[in-house]
Amino acid sequence: MKQRRIGSRVFNLLILLFLYAPIFVLIAFSFNATKSRSVWAGFSLQWYEKLFSDSRILDALWTTLLVSVLAAALATVLGTMAAIGFYSMRRRMRGVCMTINNIPMTNADIITGVSLMLLFSFAIVSFNATLGQLLGITFRMGFATLLLAHITFNVPYVILSVMPKLRQLDPNVYEAAQDLGATGWQAFWKVILPEIMPGVVNGALIAFTMSIDDFVISYFTAGSRVSTLSMEIYSMARKRISPEINALSTLLFVSVLLLLVIINIRQFRQEKAKARKDAVLRSNP
Amino acid sequence: MAKELIRLSDCVMKFDDDIILDHINLYINNKEFLTLLGPSGCGKTTTLRIIGGFQTPTSGDVFFDGKRINDVPPHKRKINTVFQKYALFTHMNIFENVAFGLRIAKVPWDELKQRVEEALALVNLAGYGKRSVDSLSGGQQQRVAIARAIVNRPQVLLLDEPLGALDLKLRKDMQVELKRIQQQVGITFIYVTHDQEEALTMSDTIVVMNQGRIQQIGTPTDIYNEPKNAFVADFIGESNIIDGVMLSDGVVRMYGKKFQCLDSGFSPNEPVDVVIRPEDIDIVSPDQGQIHGVVTEVTFKGVHYDIIVDFKGFKWLIQTSDYSPVGAYIGVKIDPDGFHIMKKSQYSGQFGDYSSYSAEYDELNEEPGEQEAGDEE
Amino acid sequence: MKNRRNRILAAPYVGWMAVFVVIPLFLVVLYAFGFDSKEGFTLGNFTQIHQYAGIFANSFVLALFATAICLLLGYPAAYFLAREVPAVRRLATIIIMLPMWMNFLLRTYSWMSLLENTGLINRFLRAIHFFDLFGPEKGYFTMINTPGAVVLGMVYNFLPFMILPIFSVIDKIDNRVIEAAQDLGADSVTVFSRIIFPLSLPGVLSGITMVFIPSVSTFVISKLLGGGKTILLGDLIDMQFYGSTYNPHLGSAISLVMMVLVMAAMALMNRFGAGEEEAMLF
Repeated sequence: MKQRRIGSRVFNLLILLFLYAPIFVLIAFSFNATKSRSVWAGFSLQWYEKLFSDSRILDALWTTLLVSVLAAALATVLGTMAAIGFYSMRRRMRGVCMTINNIPMTNADIITGVSLMLLFSFAIVSFNATLGQLLGITFRMGFATLLLAHITFNVPYVILSVMPKLRQLDPNVYEAAQDLGATGWQAFWKVILPEIMPGVVNGALIAFTMSIDDFVISYFTAGSRVSTLSMEIYSMARKRISPEINALSTLLFVSVLLLLVIINIRQFRQEKAKARKDAVLRSNP
Repeated sequence: MAKELIRLSDCVMKFDDDIILDHINLYINNKEFLTLLGPSGCGKTTTLRIIGGFQTPTSGDVFFDGKRINDVPPHKRKINTVFQKYALFTHMNIFENVAFGLRIAKVPWDELKQRVEEALALVNLAGYGKRSVDSLSGGQQQRVAIARAIVNRPQVLLLDEPLGALDLKLRKDMQVELKRIQQQVGITFIYVTHDQEEALTMSDTIVVMNQGRIQQIGTPTDIYNEPKNAFVADFIGESNIIDGVMLSDGVVRMYGKKFQCLDSGFSPNEPVDVVIRPEDIDIVSPDQGQIHGVVTEVTFKGVHYDIIVDFKGFKWLIQTSDYSPVGAYIGVKIDPDGFHIMKKSQYSGQFGDYSSYSAEYDELNEEPGEQEAGDEE
Repeated sequence: MKNRRNRILAAPYVGWMAVFVVIPLFLVVLYAFGFDSKEGFTLGNFTQIHQYAGIFANSFVLALFATAICLLLGYPAAYFLAREVPAVRRLATIIIMLPMWMNFLLRTYSWMSLLENTGLINRFLRAIHFFDLFGPEKGYFTMINTPGAVVLGMVYNFLPFMILPIFSVIDKIDNRVIEAAQDLGADSVTVFSRIIFPLSLPGVLSGITMVFIPSVSTFVISKLLGGGKTILLGDLIDMQFYGSTYNPHLGSAISLVMMVLVMAAMALMNRFGAGEEEAMLF
């Protein structure tokens, strides 16, 4: 039995090694003294210095962060509202809505990207040829279309994460709050929202992650004027990626790592404190 | 005479084509403990939700203190509810749960604190304020739900099967506790349950419902001793229900024999249902018996035996402390006050035969808490 | 909370879905049939597709390989993980999710450093005199710019999407069910084959979907690790929209056919599998 446990752990460690090997390589070469991606030439911080003066990369980083934060925030509001709305629907109607909602998640990214690109270019061309000409405005694909696309693929994740919390809700809490004198709005703000909050926060985090990591959909919907970090990397990758990107990615990776560590330590401490408190309370009521 | 507080006047409730409530007329007095009793789907929870304001009747009116309140939303009614699974707010501690209604009403802190503590003391949870909801047992959560409702000083408290999730022992304790609380705060309780024993223990008035109609309204003793029809007789306690003919006042015929009873007011030779409670039957030696039968089944129940006796193909349940073995030929004797005569109704012939009786069957039929129609399609 | 009036809250998003989910897909269909083109309505885009049969086959075969390898690696990993103590399980899920925070293009690019002819793996093997002993004579393995490298890239990128849903399903299996099976005389092999595996099927199906779909439609992995030699459906579609052969109508037709084929494959799989239950990644 013990033998088998060691075997399974070795297997899982190998899987982790596989998942992390390229990341270690990447981080290591962000400290390389030359531009090579496979020959080690000594330790240097030059790529970190250069990173902060490379406006192209910093612009892309800014675009990525901005679109991710905005898309995640808007998708969270839209998705939480929609989840409550779907939840209140009759079963058949809810089924139809959930099926459509699942499309962007189950469809290949490239299809979502291409279909949105067709929509945006068709809408923009139509507008520019008619109303735009009258008003003297010409639209082009850019940050706005990028944001719309990101919101579109983020909302389903928010709904998927809020829905189970709604289902776990005691069916009577909303009525209980009203019964105790709260209006519909008060019942929502004071009871429903706090009760489903973990799902909402989780949904927002997933949405943000999806936005940060997205390349394919951005690639088809951002047009030629703005580019996200992923798009910048893609255009470099055909030739040779500058180690500045390695440096930037290392910084991002380390900050996420720190964030996760802090969150988990805090969670762990809170749980421990709560367990201790409950134990004390239970022993002398 | 107590003052009338709530009146349901000709209330009908329909969902699509299902009739949930069929012309309900009911008045409820101030400070009364009234129980709506019936099997699942009988409309009792819907009636409660109409009073609470969570549902509006399809037709008919609801009056509170003489005023029509059909369109008054729940948060504006002087009525509070204790929900089936308590519906506590898990993101708040006990104190904040109880304080919720007072905070909405913007009650000043000193008064709020005092009232919350009083309410917690009333339900024997003084000092539990800072605990989380999850750290309480089912019975304690139940008490919090009661405190949360009562702290608002409602005129009426609605309780929707509040003891359904508790185990038997705790349920018995809480029955006594609820009655105490009701008398202490002196307000109207409207209680919904499918448990007849619970209803008999606590209520001033019982309303027996089935299939959206009120079957009988009365005090626990009335309902038990003078059931109006076979449904009520069967639902409240055990009953043997036999076809009979009322020959004249005080004389009923069944199995071709005449029996003395105390009922009167039927037309001569009117066919009736005769109810005989199992505990009103004495087993005697065959020569002393009014009728005779053979014991087919005996179950020891602790305080008494459940004995099934075959009388000419119709099986009776007799509860007695005297043991009779299976196969014994026995006689039975019933005093005149042991007969309850009911007019024939739609329920005649459906209940009161113990041919298929078994203790296990009875337990299987016990409902595990109901969720009545109307909430979800 | 199931208040009928709350349905109104869904209205903005229902409108959003109509504009940004339904209409775009509808446009793909329209474009595939020649909408907004010089020729007008045409089936020509579909009849042209047969010449790309090789690319279709190539994409599906490579994606199937990648999915199968992910399943072979991911299932045991998820199963072993689910048997660990809670603290390890929590830590491990975070560790598996964490690479997703590193840009996926970059992670893929990083494999180039490893797989190149003069890359780290070949250097390492040369340093331990592997090639002197076993060959090949040229002194390195050709790994980059092969279909194998593309499959490796797919496995690498999408393996977490196989592990996590399977893990979350196995993790939720009620331990009492397993104890009940043991009580009824099942040994550990039987417990696995008759209880755990059938119960974990929803996770497996959702893992397969989540690996297969992005694999069959990728164009980044084939570009970076296949060096343009392995052309997949994603590349083909990309070329119609951004490349030299600009033709959105043909691109739409290829997208549509790919979508239908993938949906058919998934529907077929779900019919043989556990059915409607869906496992969640998060």
